[in-house]
Formats: sequence, structure tokens, C-alpha cells
Amino acid sequence: MASQGETASRGGSAFWNDPKFRSIFFQLLVVATVVGFGWYLLHNTSANLERQGIASGFDFLDSTAGFGIIMTLIEYSEESTYGRAFWVGLVNTLVMSAIGIVLATIIGVIVGIARLSSNWLISRIATVYIETLRNIPLLLQIFFWYFAVLRSVPGPRQSYALGESIFVNNRGLYTPKPLFGDGFEFIAIGFLAAIAGIVAVRRWARKRQARTGEQFPVLLTSLGILFGLPLLGLIVAVLAYGGVPLSFEYPALTGFNFTGGLVMIPEFVALLLALSAYTAAFIAEIVRAGILAVSHGQTEAARSLGLRPGPTLRLVIIPQALRVIIPPLTSQYLNLTKNSSLAAAIAYPELVSVFAGTVLNQTGQAVEVIGITMAIYLGLSLSISAFMNWYNRKIALVER
Amino acid sequence: MTDSTQNGATEKHERHPDLPPPPTEVGIYGWVYHNLFSTWYNIALTLIGGFISVVAIWSILDYVVFGAVWSGEGREACQTESGALIHACWVFVGARFSQFMYGFYPVLERWRVDFSFLLLVLAIVPLFLREEWIKRGIGLGVAAGATLLSLFAYGIGPAVVIAFMMFAPYGLTFAKVGTLLPSRDDNALIGFGIRLAVVVGAGIVGHYAGLVVFTAAEAGSFGWMAAFLAFGLVTLNRATVKAWITFLLIFIYPFIAFYLWVGDGFGLTYVETAKWGGLFLTLVVAGTGIAASLPIGILFALGRRSDMPAIRSVSIAFIELWRGVPLITVLFMSSVMLPLFLPEGVNFDKLLRALIGVALFSAAYMAEVVRGGLQAIPKGQYEAAGAMGLGYWKMMRLVILPQALKLVIPGIVNTFIGLFKDTTLVLIIGLFDLLGIVQAASTDPKWLGMYVEGYFFTAFVFWIFCFSMSRYSMYIERKLHTGHAR
Repeated sequence: MASQGETASRGGSAFWNDPKFRSIFFQLLVVATVVGFGWYLLHNTSANLERQGIASGFDFLDSTAGFGIIMTLIEYSEESTYGRAFWVGLVNTLVMSAIGIVLATIIGVIVGIARLSSNWLISRIATVYIETLRNIPLLLQIFFWYFAVLRSVPGPRQSYALGESIFVNNRGLYTPKPLFGDGFEFIAIGFLAAIAGIVAVRRWARKRQARTGEQFPVLLTSLGILFGLPLLGLIVAVLAYGGVPLSFEYPALTGFNFTGGLVMIPEFVALLLALSAYTAAFIAEIVRAGILAVSHGQTEAARSLGLRPGPTLRLVIIPQALRVIIPPLTSQYLNLTKNSSLAAAIAYPELVSVFAGTVLNQTGQAVEVIGITMAIYLGLSLSISAFMNWYNRKIALVER
Repeated sequence: MTDSTQNGATEKHERHPDLPPPPTEVGIYGWVYHNLFSTWYNIALTLIGGFISVVAIWSILDYVVFGAVWSGEGREACQTESGALIHACWVFVGARFSQFMYGFYPVLERWRVDFSFLLLVLAIVPLFLREEWIKRGIGLGVAAGATLLSLFAYGIGPAVVIAFMMFAPYGLTFAKVGTLLPSRDDNALIGFGIRLAVVVGAGIVGHYAGLVVFTAAEAGSFGWMAAFLAFGLVTLNRATVKAWITFLLIFIYPFIAFYLWVGDGFGLTYVETAKWGGLFLTLVVAGTGIAASLPIGILFALGRRSDMPAIRSVSIAFIELWRGVPLITVLFMSSVMLPLFLPEGVNFDKLLRALIGVALFSAAYMAEVVRGGLQAIPKGQYEAAGAMGLGYWKMMRLVILPQALKLVIPGIVNTFIGLFKDTTLVLIIGLFDLLGIVQAASTDPKWLGMYVEGYFFTAFVFWIFCFSMSRYSMYIERKLHTGHAR
């Protein structure tokens, strides 16, 4: 009936040509396929688990783990539960990501600016850094730092020493450990008060400038507050307790290894170096693109308004560059967080290595363990990107 | 003004010859001054940078070239008399080179791997020739030469395969099956039905024709190839040589590659995937990921931009799920959980499971890249295409996607590069890709302490691939950057 154009056009076209019908039909089809496929997988999984005699559920989290972990920032021993091991892994992941993000940002910004330098040699060095590091797989770089560099440094007795306090050997990086004595809280309070004071001074100075046009030496005042208030806290602490509330425990060679001090295991150092150097190469390119995206006319306009180079950069260039930089920077931070899971290859005890590795092998609870791990990363990713989206909206250009 | 004064003026004001520019502005001296020593901090930066680069270049050269051992037999060649190791010991890389390339693929069968990549490269060559060169028959000349050479190098069977892959695109341009069949615009149902019948019929005929000579499994793949060819014939009308080459590479080459790599048919012995390794495995994983991620990614990108809420939410869920988790957990999932998902008795190959994980993971990233391109297309393009009476798929295929994909070529290639580097992760689930096999080789007691050489070699190989991909994308971007010049 729809074969002849004239007949079809009169009484409305055939129902399968109706966009509404098609839309509903295809959506039903897709939903049915997804639900059917999901049911099929669930059915198979439960049948397989039953056959293998694996009880599903999260009870295993409460049973004793019975394995040691080489880096624990929260209390953990072999008698702890699998649930505790999960938290140890999660904390290690978060610590690695946080330090890595800070380090990668610092290196990346420096290299990105260096690439734009008018100094030919400096910009070439930055280019070589970027083109080399981002074209070599991260896993290879981790292996390189771990197996080729850190494994080949000498043992504890022949450690490389920096002064008498920092030692590098194949067991790790040893630094003095701060010990907080009585009265340290005064210094901490002073420091917190200083930060609050600086924020207040900045606000007040900005309002005053808007009102009167006079500038206030914010930087000098801030530095004064930053050092002054903790110093005041220190004096109070000394007066109250009769001693400096901060001392250091130095690592010392006893027998075959160092004891005392703060130790960073080689796995941690290797992963941190590789992650931040690799991610920095990408951040550098983002920073460069962001700065180049601000047209030169902006600089010229700022200069013709009488702004000196410093304020030009701070008030005109950087705010506009940030708009371009923030979205790709977010995805680099996310990548770094996700890439920290490569630690599994060198046994740095983070989430994937401890939980999806050791715990999975010991318990055999594949579905639960992989599910939790994926959910954690998904949650981390979604929350970082939600935060960055919020920040991005806040600084976005308001148009019409 | 009169003539006389003007003449006088020209005589009086004879142009003084230009002074030479100041030496700080031109020539080598000017360049060095401006780029290296213009201010005191530039001088400081140059000195620091110069020191760093001299030390770095010297130590790398010293390690890689001057202090290195290039020839010899076994570990002893790299040892001093006291037994200390001399670095860099390239003898190690030389001794293990073929393993780094093929993994544990049987030595006698390695020609199959070589041949599959040779076939791929030869088939791709005409895509890079100019249209007029192809018309002049240069592609045909290349095809004839390649066929002859492979006849001598590999024998009759491989030569037939090469000849088919290289000559078929030219022959197929003359086939006008699509124009002989009733047009789909006149009557959608009948046109579709006839085309379906042709495709299915070709498959059945191919299958039974194959049965005359080959076994059932081999004939089956003949049937599939015939059906795919028929599909091309009824859908591609008046296609160019390049379009046919692309078609053959997408639909026919996988069959050939599968039989070459896995074997178990056409007189080729079976090589289990556990023996695959080295650069070969890296390229297989990356190639499959690249080939699978683009179409799947485009589908999900379109789904995410769809007006239908159910399809949109399914697409968003898929994309965000895969993008939110690290690849390593995806690989763990595919190696540990996938067997649980399958019904009893069905078991996937370990490599295949990894391939599925990699393909889905990179498809999600590709979808986001493509979505960026789709969003950049002005609404007017959609409206204009709709006004021309194009349906959804025709609109996408002919108007939207060509523009959108062109815009995001850099993003697509970046995803490819990322995927290529990420293939190293398969070593964590126990596959021996290039990095995996290098790692395994340097833990071999015979070659202990040779980590750095292995890593240098691997890094070099990966760098060459990734760097050339990124340069190629820049070139393509410039070449396709037509029209927008203001």
C-alpha cells in the first residue's frame, strides 16, 4: 500500500514510517536487549558460582586477611580483616594520587612555560622532555624507575647519603621523621590562624582598593602573618612547657638496615616519579595551549591600560588561560588517579594490587572484589570531575 | 612645484646607501644574541640548560654508543675479565631480537606473521597514491610486481592472496550490481528484500562452492567472505578504487589474517594464541582495539546525542562506566569475571578476552572524542540535511559524520596513541606483549642485569610508533584543513 506515493501521502504514511512509533519501538528494543543481556549474564554467573561452590555476598570482608602489606598508613596487621586491607589499599591509592597530582602540576607548569620561553635552548629541552615522555608507555617508565634505577642503587650499608639525615638505598628513601612534642598544638593553632588572617586581609584589601583605589601591600603582610603567628605559638609553647615542641627522629644504620625515620619504599618512589613525570608531559602541553589561546591583543590592551607585566599576567592572561586549561587538566588528574593502578605491576600496595590482586586470589570472590574496585574508581572519577565541572562553571566566561 | 626644483631635489637628496643592520640583529650572532643571551637571566638559563643538555646527551651517547658492546656471543661478550658487566650490552637485544618480535610463535611459521603484515602494507599503499596516479595504472603496476615477488618468495598460495587483495579493488569498480537492481528509493521493501536475497544467496553459494575443495570450517569462512563481498556490491555503487580497498581491508582482510595467524585450515598448522607475543602481539592488540573502537565509539557517540531518552541513557551509562575505571581493572574483569559470565562449557581464549576488554574500553574514549566533533557541527547542517529529505542515517553518513570526524582527527589519533601505549598493560594478565617479553627475557638467569638495555629498546620501538602517529595526524590535519581559512 505504501508502494505508490499518492496513496501513501493522503491517509498518513504507514505506521512504520511514523517517527514516534519508530522511536518507541527502537527504545523498547534497546531496553529489552540490555535487560535481556544483563539477565543472561546474571543467570550464567549465579549458575557458575553455584557450580564452583562459591558463596556470594560480602561476608568475606570480615574474615582475617592473614597477609602482610609493606606500606600501611593506617593500622594494619596480619590479623586484620579483608575489609581493613581494602582501606589500606584505598588510602595508599589516595595518597599516591594526591602527591602525584601536586608534583605533576608543578613539573607540568614549569615545563609548559619553559616550552614557550624565548630562550631557544630552554624551549628545546622542554620539547624534548614532552615528546620523549608522552610517547613511551607509562608502564615501561614505571619499570624503568623501579627495576633499572631504584633496584640498582646500593644496599643499606653503602647508602647514598645527603648529610647525615637523608639516605637512599635499595630498601627505600629514608628521611628524618618529625616528632611532635607537648605544646605543638600552639604552633598548629598559630598556623591555622595565620591562614584565616591572610584570607581576611586579602578580602579587606580588595574591598579597600575598590573603594578608595589605594593598594595595600598584601604579599608582605601575608608573609608576616604566616611566619609571625606560628612563631608566637612556638614562644607560647616554649614558655608553657619549657622546650621546643618539635624534634626529629633520624634514621640510623643498625645491623643490616636502617631503623627510625620516615621511610618511603622504593615502589612508592618509583611509581610517584613515573606517574608525575609522565603526566607532567601532558599537563605541559595543556598549559602551553592555554597560554597560547589568549590572544596577544589581550596583553597589548592590558599594557596600554598601564598594567605592569606582573599584574598583566595575574589579572588578564592567567584567568583567561585557566578557562582553556581547566577541562583537559581535570581529565589528566583523573588519568593520573586511574594510572596509579599500574602499581599492581611493581607491587606497590594500592587498591588494585592489594584488593583486586591478593584479596581476590585468596578469597576467589571475583564478582564482589572487582565490583567494589570498579565502583571505587568510578566514584573517585565522577566526584573529581563533578568538582572540576563546578569549578569550571564558576570561572567560565559569562556571555549573554 | 616646478620641474626644475624637483630635478634639483632629486640631485640634492641622492639616497644614501643603507647602513648595514646592527650586528646584534642579524646573522648567526644576532640569532644567538636574541635567542640565548638577550638578558642576564637568559644567559643564566642558557648556561644551566646547556650544562643539563651536554651532560644528558653525553651520558646517553656514552651508554648507547661509545661504551656499548655491539657484537659477540652470549653474556660473556659483555663481561670484563673480572666478571663485571659492561653496559650497554646490545648483544642481549640481538640474541633475543626474534623473540621480541614474535614471542614464542613457532620459528618455522613466523613467515605467516611477516606475510600478513606485508599483505596489509601492500594493500594500503594505493590509499596513499594520488587519484590520477591510480588512473594511470600505477597501482596495477605495484600489484603486479608484488604478486610476482610473493610468488618467488612465498609460493603460489600467498601469491594468489596478494593478487586478490591488490587486483580486486580495480575489478570491483567495474561491477555495477547496485545499479542493475531496482532502486531503493522507489520501493524500500522490495529493494531491501532483493539486496538481502543477493547477500544471503552469495553466502550460500560461496559456502557450497568452498565445500568442493575445502573442509567445512574453511568453506564456512568462504561463505562469509562471499556474503560480505555481495554486501559491498549491492551497497557501494560506482565506488572508487580507494573505497573498495578500504572495504576489502575491513571485511575480507580479517579472515585472511585470522587464518594466517591462528592457522588450522588451508594447510596451515595451528598456532595457539598462548604462543603469540612480542611486537606482533602488541600490534594485534592495538590493531584490533583501533579497528573495533572507531565504529563502536561512533555508535555510542550518536547514541549519546540521540533524542530518545532510553538510548541516550544506555549510551551515557556505557561511556561513563568504562571511562571511569582504569584499564587494568577492565583487564582483570575480562580475565577473571568474563569466564563467570559465560554459560557452562563455553570458554574464551585469554587473548580474545583481553581484546574484548581493550576494544570496549577504547570505544568509550572514542565515543567522547567523536561526540566533541558532533557538537561542533552547527545546527544549520542538520536542518539543511533534513530539508534535503535525508533520513537520520543518510544525514549522518553523508553530511554530519564526514565533517565531525574531520574536526576530531587529532583527538582520534591521540586515542589511538593512548591505546597503543596501553597495550603494555596486557602483561599484567599474563600475555607477553613487547614489554612483557622484554621483562621476561631480562629476568632470565642467562641475562640478569640487562633491564636497562631491554627498556631502551622497547622505549625506542614504542616511541617510533607513537611519534610517527602523532606527526602523521598533524600532517593529515593540515591537509584536511580546507575552507576555513579566513
